[in-house]
Amino acid sequence: MNPIFNQGTSPAHRLILVLCCSVALIFFDHKMASFETARGYLQSLVSPLQYMANAPKQMMTWASENIVIRQQLMEENQNFRENELFFHEQVMQLSIVRQENERLRSLLSSPVRGEVTKMFAEILSVDSDPYSHQVVINRGATDGVYEGQPVLDEKGIVGQILHVGVSSSRVILISDISHAIPVRIQRNGLRLIASGSGQIDRLIHNFVPHSADVKEGDLLVTSGLGGKYPEGYPVSRVVLVRADESREFATIYSEPVAQIDRLRYMLLLSKDETAKTASPKSTNKAAGDKS
Amino acid sequence: MFSNNGFIILLTLLIALMASITPMPLSVDAFRPDWVLIVLVYWCLALPNKVNIVTAWVMGFILDVLLGSVLGVHACAMALSVYIVVVNFQKIRNFSVWQQALIIGVLSAQYHLVVFWLQRFLSDVVFLPNYLYPVITTIVLWPWVFLLLRRVRRHFRIA
Repeated sequence: MNPIFNQGTSPAHRLILVLCCSVALIFFDHKMASFETARGYLQSLVSPLQYMANAPKQMMTWASENIVIRQQLMEENQNFRENELFFHEQVMQLSIVRQENERLRSLLSSPVRGEVTKMFAEILSVDSDPYSHQVVINRGATDGVYEGQPVLDEKGIVGQILHVGVSSSRVILISDISHAIPVRIQRNGLRLIASGSGQIDRLIHNFVPHSADVKEGDLLVTSGLGGKYPEGYPVSRVVLVRADESREFATIYSEPVAQIDRLRYMLLLSKDETAKTASPKSTNKAAGDKS
Repeated sequence: MFSNNGFIILLTLLIALMASITPMPLSVDAFRPDWVLIVLVYWCLALPNKVNIVTAWVMGFILDVLLGSVLGVHACAMALSVYIVVVNFQKIRNFSVWQQALIIGVLSAQYHLVVFWLQRFLSDVVFLPNYLYPVITTIVLWPWVFLLLRRVRRHFRIA
C-alpha cells in the first residue's frame, strides 16, 4: 500500500537541488581541466553500455562479411594482390627516398624526423548529439592511447583523442565546432588554420587575407605546427573561395578528405617512446640541441 | 525503487539509453527520438512515487557521459522536462493517448531547446531547424511506447 499524501520532498525542492548540481557540474567540467580524469573513469564505467549498443551493428557486419560467395572472395583476393604489388613497389622507392632525405637533413644539421608508430582501432559508436562531432573507438589506456593522439583513416586526418577510458576512448573530429588544426597548402606551402564548422562536410579558414594564393581544389595537409599532428597528412580540399572585398578577410571553405561520416577502421599515430614521454617543451629543446 | 519488480524500470531505462546511442546512418540519426525522455515520462506518469526528478537527472547525466557533451547539460534539460510532468501528472494521466503525445512533443521540444541554449552558452553553436526533427518522431512514438510499457507494467505487476 502506497501512502497517498506522503510525497517526501516536494518536486520544486528536488528540481532546485538537481539544477544546482547541474550548474556546478557544467562549471567544473567546462572551466576546470582537472575534471578530465573523472571523465576518464566515467567513460570506462559506461563502456559496457556502448559495447552492448554496438552489438546489433556488429552482428550485421559479421553476417554481411560471412555471407559472400566464392566468386566475390576470389575477385577481392585478386584485387588485393595487385594492390599489394603496387604498394610494394612504392615502398621500395620510399625507403630509398627516406634514406636520402635523412642524409640530406643531417647534412643540413636539422633534426631527423622520428619514426611514427601506428595502432589500429575500430569505431565503437557515434554521437547522436548534433552539437558535437565525436566518435568512440575500441582502444583505451591499456593499449597505450593518450590524450591528443592524432587519428586518421585511409584518406586523411580524422581528429584527435579527447578522453581516454580504460578500454575505449573518445575521438573529437576535425569538423567539431571546438576543434581547429594547423594546415598548409600542399601546392605553395601557405599556412592556414582549419576550424571545424559543426557541419560534417565543411571546415572554415578564418583570417585569410584577400591576397593569399588559395584556389578551389587545393589540397591542405597538416603543417606539423603546434606539435599535435605530424606533418604532411592530407586534411581537406578547398571547395569555396569568395573574395568579397567588402569583408575584411576572404571566405574560404574546405571539405575534409577523410570520410568522417563513414568511419570504420582508423589508425592512431604515436611518436616513438622518447618523444611520447617527453613534454613538448623538452622535445623542442632536444631538437634545438641537435641543430 | 527496487521493490515490487522495480528493477524492470531500470532495465527499460537502460534499453532506452542504449537505443539513444546505437550507431545509425546520418540521415536517420537526425530523426532519432528521445528514447530516454519518453520512457522516463511514462514511468513518471505511472509511478511518480518511484521515478522522480532525481532519477531523470541521473539518466541525463549518464547520457552526458555517453554523448560526450559537457557534463550536466542533458541532465539539466531532462530534469526540467520531467519536472513539468511530475507537477502535472494527475492532469496528464487523464488525457487521451494522442493528447499526451502532443504534450510529449512540447516537452521534447523544450528539452532540445534547453540543451541548445546551454550549448550556445558554452560554445558558438548555431541553431538549425533539424535539431528539432526528433520532436516529430517522439510524438509518433509515444502511443506505441505507452502501450508497450503499460503492458510491461501490468505483466510484471510493478507498483
